[in-house]
Amino acid sequence: MVNWIWLFLIGAGYGYAAWNGTVEEATRALFDGAKSGVTVCFGLISVLVFWLGLMRVAEQAGLLEKLAKAISPLVRALFPDVPKDHPAMGYILSNMSANILGLGNAATPMGIKAMQELQKLNPDKETASPAMCTLLAINTSSITLIPTTVIAVRMNYHSASPTEIVGTTLLATAVATAAAIALDRWFRGRDLRRRMRRVRSGKEKDRAAAG
Amino acid sequence: MLQLVNLISAWAIPAVVVLIPLYAAYRKVPVYESFVDGAKDGFDTAVKIIPHLVGMMAAISLFRGSGALDALVGLVRPLAEKLGVPGEVLPLALLRPLTGAGSLAYTADLMGRYGPDSLIGRIASTIQGSTDTTLYVLVVYFGAVGIRRTKYALKVGLFSDAVGFAAAVAICLIVFG
Repeated sequence: MVNWIWLFLIGAGYGYAAWNGTVEEATRALFDGAKSGVTVCFGLISVLVFWLGLMRVAEQAGLLEKLAKAISPLVRALFPDVPKDHPAMGYILSNMSANILGLGNAATPMGIKAMQELQKLNPDKETASPAMCTLLAINTSSITLIPTTVIAVRMNYHSASPTEIVGTTLLATAVATAAAIALDRWFRGRDLRRRMRRVRSGKEKDRAAAG
Repeated sequence: MLQLVNLISAWAIPAVVVLIPLYAAYRKVPVYESFVDGAKDGFDTAVKIIPHLVGMMAAISLFRGSGALDALVGLVRPLAEKLGVPGEVLPLALLRPLTGAGSLAYTADLMGRYGPDSLIGRIASTIQGSTDTTLYVLVVYFGAVGIRRTKYALKVGLFSDAVGFAAAVAICLIVFG
């Protein structure tokens, strides 16, 4: 699906530009975008280096295992296929807490670290595992208690009540997260059913061949 | 309540940054060496993400810069307005999953034009705060570990963005409308 979206963005972008006579602007935008991709990555370097460093300290002190052991049943229910005391659980919880507190620059490194731990458990290194999909679902809908950036922008524009949108945001984000988790569950179940069916029909074929 | 949450947000990082090394030192971990050792991975991880982010952001920027995004918004606008969605916030529904900086800039622009305390300003704020940039999260998280087949992850992300957008509009219409 990523392939199709990428192809659509480029094809439709240049197609429309050709029709609209904005090919030059489009080309400029293309390379501006490429440049900001690099800029964003460079911005990520400092936070990644710092947080991954600090997280190694936490790991060696045994803090992540402790966190994983103390983890709430809710988080464990979301990731049934991750072993209870696996460090991945500690990183997943760190990632979720950082998201909830609105600490974006800490949340991304923790999320990446959690992905790397989940990758160790993943039998097929090029295909996302169900646990990875769940972690992604939670992160794309991002539960945040305080949308700090938006509040700052509202202050900038002299809002009479910059924080009045906290309640509506929290409610909307809860709905979006619930929808993400529900759909993720449904896909997970569908994949499992498909695999079972394949195993069953395989067995029947074996039996037929034997008979 | 809000102040308490703000206080926690402000103190969470200082607390983590101080307490982790303190506890580690108590457990006899060579804190600085261990920090540097872990930090080494950070650079490699960031570099691994570059091709993913460059490819995606170039395509998104092209799609916006050519005017195709505006044209697409123009197409769905009459339908949305029939449903009671102010047409001005519609571009956000398409921008939000694609580009975090782009949708933030658009939100700020709406606040400048209509005021942060207008219905449009409030809806835009709620949309901006309630979901994350799905495509960016997908590209960064999966890119960092070399996942090529993303299975259903993108569908889930985009679906929850659509639900989040509808919820944000509906909730704002009820609360502020």
